[in-house]
Amino acid sequence: MKRRTLSICSVILSGAAAFAVKIGDGSWLTRVPESARLRPNPVASDADSIVAGAKLFQQNCASCHGKSAEGRDKHPNLHSERLKAATPGELEWLLKNGSLKNGMPSWSRLPEAQRWQLVTYLKSLD
Amino acid sequence: MQSGKALSQFFFLVALLGAAHLSAAQEAYFVTYSHQMEEPGNLEIGVKSVAGSPSGGNAFLGNALEFEYGAKAWWTSELYLDGQSTANESTVFTGFRSENRFRPLLGEHWINPVLYLEFENINSADKSLLEVVGHDGRVDFLKRNDRSEKEREAELKLILSSNVGGWNFSENIIAEKNLANEPWEFGYAVGASRTLALKAAARSCILCRENFSAGAEMYGGLGDRYSFGLRDTSHYLASLVEWRTPSGTTFKVSPGFGLNDNSHGFLFRFSVSYELNQIASRLRGH
Repeated sequence: MKRRTLSICSVILSGAAAFAVKIGDGSWLTRVPESARLRPNPVASDADSIVAGAKLFQQNCASCHGKSAEGRDKHPNLHSERLKAATPGELEWLLKNGSLKNGMPSWSRLPEAQRWQLVTYLKSLD
Repeated sequence: MQSGKALSQFFFLVALLGAAHLSAAQEAYFVTYSHQMEEPGNLEIGVKSVAGSPSGGNAFLGNALEFEYGAKAWWTSELYLDGQSTANESTVFTGFRSENRFRPLLGEHWINPVLYLEFENINSADKSLLEVVGHDGRVDFLKRNDRSEKEREAELKLILSSNVGGWNFSENIIAEKNLANEPWEFGYAVGASRTLALKAAARSCILCRENFSAGAEMYGGLGDRYSFGLRDTSHYLASLVEWRTPSGTTFKVSPGFGLNDNSHGFLFRFSVSYELNQIASRLRGH
């Protein structure tokens, strides 16, 4: 009985690991659906949006990306050409889905409005 | 007697440390798990406590000291050290639990599955009530503290969770097996929670609505392999409030009520946690 239980556990463990390794293939930008890519930022014109986004960035992102979004350790610098070229919809999609294979967590627990505030701040970076 | 006093002092110290330095959990729930994983490289240290006073027994305080580490964005690993204090009896260390959670789908979906695997090495005096399975109930808490029975258990959970419009809805299906040739036991936990403000304010604030979440969870046992169902099981309904301070400390409280005669009438849960960001980088001096 013990052996059977251990076998079931090992099968589930190895299955989960294999599945997780298999999924997730390359650049997140290629996976953004067209409908998400074209979404406009609904809070872009709010006067407080950049400041609120900066606050959210310090609370949630700065520990990995640095206080000025300059990048830290293996985490990317966000003053990049790729980020400047990305549409607001693409950035919101990345925040919602993350890029789990590459170490970027999903921020779906933040309400959508807060993710857009973060996008506003990110797009304001030089 | 000496060791009992030392353990009391240990748990008191743990509680003090908790109040002073610990912080930041991820969800408002105590029993239910969502698909939210620990951020990779972060270590969360927390204390989860539950206080109850079963009719016909002594009041107790169950504690679980929790270390949660984000190994990958899709893999979170956790270690719990359990202990408890029972009035007129003793304060005892009751064992440890090691758990791992995996997100098999590397994207956000309407329903997000998480696979959960846990090994427990606890004894019969454990009162941490981190989940309810099988025929667990109030009568288990009426015996005097007795650590003689070892419980080495494997636990599997299927976690299903969705984030919609600021709400989180989570459902857990639990299967637990005592490895000493006892039948599989089953349980469930479901929860819903929501942050109190969808937009963040521009100013820094401690008590503003965006730092609070509220919700409810329901959990209970579903019998075992030979007697599956609701008969002789216990069930609870609890409200939840979470407060995330800007410094990273998170406080949670949850008054819960038993829904049948097998349940404790009232359970009060509280927790304090603190998140150490990028612990591996810090240790390397980056």
